[in-house]
Amino acid sequence: MSEALIYDAVRTPRGKGKADGSLYEVKPITLVATVLEALRTRTNLDTSQVDDVVMGIVTPIGDQGACLPRIAALAANWHWNACGMQLNRFCASGLEAVNLAAQRVRSGWDDLIVAGGVESMSRVPMGSDGGAWAMDPQTSFQTAFVPQGIGADLIATLDGVSRAELDAYALASQRRAAAARDCGCFDKSVVAVRDANGLVILARDEFIKAHTTLEALAGLKPSFEQAGQMGFDAIAIGRYPQVERIRHVHTAGNSSGIVDGAAAVLVGSERKGRELGLTPRARIVATALVGTDPTIMLTGPVPAARKALARAGLAIEQIDLFEVNEAFASVPMRFMKELGVAHDKVNVNGGAIALGHPLGATGAMLINTLLDELEMRAKRYGLVTLCVGGGMGIATIIERI
Amino acid sequence: MGTLRYEIDAAAQVVTLTFDDPAAPVNTMSEAWLADLTACLDRLEAESSTTKGVILASAKESFFAGADLKGVLQRWPAGRENWFRRVEDIKRQLRRLERLGRPVVACIAGSALGGGFEVALAAHHRVVIDNRRVQLGCPEVTLGLIPAAGGVTKMVRLLGLQVAMPYIVEGRILSPAQAKSAGLVDELVPQTPDAPAALRAAALAWIGTHPSAIQAWDTRGYKIPGGGPGEPKNAQLLMAAPALLRAKTRGLYPAAEAAFACMVEGAQVDFDTALRLESRALATVADGPVARNLIHLFFDRAAVRAGVSRPRGAPKWKAGKVGVLGAGMMGAGIAYAAARRGVACMLKDVSLERAQAGKAYAATRTGERVAADKMSAQEQTELLALITPAASAAQLRDCDLIIEAVFENRELKAQVTREAEPMLAAGGIFATNTSTLPITGLAKAAAAPERFVGLHFFSPADKMELVEIITGETTSAETLARAYDFVLQIGKTPIVVRDSRGFFTSRTFATYIAEGAQMLKEGIPAAVIEHAGVAAGMPVGPLAVTDEISQATIVAIMEQTVADLAAQGKPDGRSEGERFIEVLCKQHRRLGRVHGGGYYDYPDGAPKSLWPGLQQFEKPGIEWQLAALSERLLMRQALEALRCMSEGVIQTAHDVNVGSIYGIGFPAWTGGAYQYIAGMGLNRFLARCKELAAAHGDRFAPPRLPVDWSPGRVA
Repeated sequence: MSEALIYDAVRTPRGKGKADGSLYEVKPITLVATVLEALRTRTNLDTSQVDDVVMGIVTPIGDQGACLPRIAALAANWHWNACGMQLNRFCASGLEAVNLAAQRVRSGWDDLIVAGGVESMSRVPMGSDGGAWAMDPQTSFQTAFVPQGIGADLIATLDGVSRAELDAYALASQRRAAAARDCGCFDKSVVAVRDANGLVILARDEFIKAHTTLEALAGLKPSFEQAGQMGFDAIAIGRYPQVERIRHVHTAGNSSGIVDGAAAVLVGSERKGRELGLTPRARIVATALVGTDPTIMLTGPVPAARKALARAGLAIEQIDLFEVNEAFASVPMRFMKELGVAHDKVNVNGGAIALGHPLGATGAMLINTLLDELEMRAKRYGLVTLCVGGGMGIATIIERI
Repeated sequence: MGTLRYEIDAAAQVVTLTFDDPAAPVNTMSEAWLADLTACLDRLEAESSTTKGVILASAKESFFAGADLKGVLQRWPAGRENWFRRVEDIKRQLRRLERLGRPVVACIAGSALGGGFEVALAAHHRVVIDNRRVQLGCPEVTLGLIPAAGGVTKMVRLLGLQVAMPYIVEGRILSPAQAKSAGLVDELVPQTPDAPAALRAAALAWIGTHPSAIQAWDTRGYKIPGGGPGEPKNAQLLMAAPALLRAKTRGLYPAAEAAFACMVEGAQVDFDTALRLESRALATVADGPVARNLIHLFFDRAAVRAGVSRPRGAPKWKAGKVGVLGAGMMGAGIAYAAARRGVACMLKDVSLERAQAGKAYAATRTGERVAADKMSAQEQTELLALITPAASAAQLRDCDLIIEAVFENRELKAQVTREAEPMLAAGGIFATNTSTLPITGLAKAAAAPERFVGLHFFSPADKMELVEIITGETTSAETLARAYDFVLQIGKTPIVVRDSRGFFTSRTFATYIAEGAQMLKEGIPAAVIEHAGVAAGMPVGPLAVTDEISQATIVAIMEQTVADLAAQGKPDGRSEGERFIEVLCKQHRRLGRVHGGGYYDYPDGAPKSLWPGLQQFEKPGIEWQLAALSERLLMRQALEALRCMSEGVIQTAHDVNVGSIYGIGFPAWTGGAYQYIAGMGLNRFLARCKELAAAHGDRFAPPRLPVDWSPGRVA
């Protein structure tokens, strides 16, 4: 059995996920080609040795349809030996790709896999792929479908977390992300997106609101109040009848941003790395998947982290840094409270509230960010976890080597 | 061919099919009808070369009534496969009709509801007499069914998903004018004595100008208005509608949800496949207990309104002029209700000002209707002219009926009764709107106690359909019959109850309130108790409704009852829950919504929220199951209803079911408090009561009933 090693990781900066975002003009295939090209040049990669390019894409239709990773690899002039596959595990997709790559390499049946994700939310909007959960009435009735924001508000209500506390968390995310970007902490891995002429379209994350204030955050309207009043609150409370009323405390300011971006992580066996002259940066220690109540939806991180720790034979105190996806502020806040982890170990360079959550790519971006910070601080163990649509949870533990 | 006539107009070369079921007052989709229709279609297809068109008409007052509901109930559960095959057979024939290749016109002179409207939808053109009293539409969902004889599929294809929704999912009924604006019928003829001839003329004219009519959905490339489910504009609807529906149905009424699902799924496929999806959805809901219960309720209500509890032989009576004593909330509502049905009303209070304030209620309500275009200003003026505010009893002279609606105080009631009763016209009757004071006692103030009766209205009196008629020991059969007729005269539905403490509705409802208090005392979180009530299908949780009535009022009634019982040497029989309400009221000073808060706080300009002080009663770590709590709330009420029946307080299952649903919000999905019992079987109900008694206390102990007991028998 082989270890699964991370040899390198790159990501594009995240562009605002609307028509006035910098990456709106960039086709998803180009975003993928960008990260593939960067990976190739940085590691001097012989692409004929790549078994597969596995990418998370949560809305795989139109520009993002038809097995984009394979086509993008071809368009990036990779050797046709490199296969490609798109996968969808909602928000977990990018991390799922990394986990899948790790599992396949560790099994000994694959040697070198590029794992990552892409999402152009400005060009292919979230939810535009339809699907039974939200759009088939019978399924919606049967599974008590409730939009994710209601779940986030329900978590805050159950945990007794106030709007002010959520906004304070959001402010910290913005400040940390701005500081990390501006001091160049991201420069190691963020690769500029350029046009065909080589002109820079976007070089740095643009979604960060460095100058926001608590007052500005406090002035934002709750995003899910209306949906709640239309009946989704009643459905959620049907499963949590001890809740008198759901407090709608999440806004655009303390929820993840809609953005465009792509990421790629090079995962391979020890033997393959030696063969190609690559230096490993980390080892993938453990992966975990859990299923939880789909109505509250976003409570996966704590059980997923516990499961990964158990698999790894590690205690939570041994984890030096955490990346807990900031889908909504109440998610990392619950994580920290339940597992007794301090904020100075969690999302230390900000999170999706400030940087944005390009659905299919985020998980891989978090691995990337975590790895860079472990190296910067010369720390050992890191854990990435995301809450996932449909009530799933996912976690990965890596060890810097 | 017994159920319909096949007549050929040789000059026009038009065939008229006239529906005229000899075995019933209305046309229904009976076996016989289907066989006759099939034979007609065979003949039409054979003779199509000499036929230019077909007219559908009815010889009954209504066009076509729809499914044979009595038969449905008799055969329940008929089995899903039977339902599927049957409705597919019906649609096969209707499909033949609309694909004849000849224009088919429906001449609609009377109501066409449910399957009846679906017969009309098989026509290419629908002409209707513009009579406001004609009802059109597909209300199947209100009976736990769905419009599966093509109603779902065709309304979606005619109107689009968004517009069709209320007509399918809510079963909204339309008048001819409304149906024309909605696009569900095509042409109106004015309501005149010649209207039937005009209908036929319009049909012939249309046939003449449309020789090869086909249905819109059979035309090539036909698109559903507004697009199908994949259309982005419909995405909002598709995502939100299930939540909106679920919030209304609480998951207890499968038909509305099944209807919506099949609307959407049908819009994803072609027309004939969509028809088949309807049939499958119908098979699922029709065989379920909720459909059985709702149809059963339909017949219960009809029976009550047909006089099942009205004394036989008493001549029909109509009130010409009514007096109402007390222009408070109830009195004002009663006066308005009467005036709405054209009954003149004297509204009396201690001062003219107060009487006028009572009339102002009717002015406000009618003002709203005028503003919403539901009433003309002229109609409003006429209605308000029927209500006369009064300050002296003398103005009540010649009233056929006087309804006393003053405070629940014996002395006050006696006084106003003595003052007003002499004003009654000869043969007039006197009624009290008391909700708790025994009628027999109140009747002692009357000079003619045989003409004294209880007429218990529900708040708001103009909106609530139910009136609980209570007969005292002295009330004559004739008085009861007149009270019954009056209730129907003002468009409400009467149940008949024998005088006893709490009558039927208050006594039964009090158990809901007490059981909620009991649960709180046991340490169950208040939010959970409230959700248990709503999850069971009650309109409001027990704690919220207690606040509405007010703990202060409940305690006052309890104290009066205890005093009355003590005077008779009887013990204070209050339950733990009832005593807890007193504790809440007196010890914790929580008196109710209008008294500064009860179980809830009512802050200005914000929604109500549970009083934080309730947390002191919670037992940390207590285990509860929502379903079990919901069951307790329904079982307790049903058991009290059964006790009322076994004591002879209320006689028929019809009265119990109608009274519990329309009076105190017992969930309609159960079919009513007695149907809830009958649905599971009386023995099973009694056994379950015993289990609950062992677990939760004697208040669940069932009454002793004789082995062959049935409703109407006093145990």
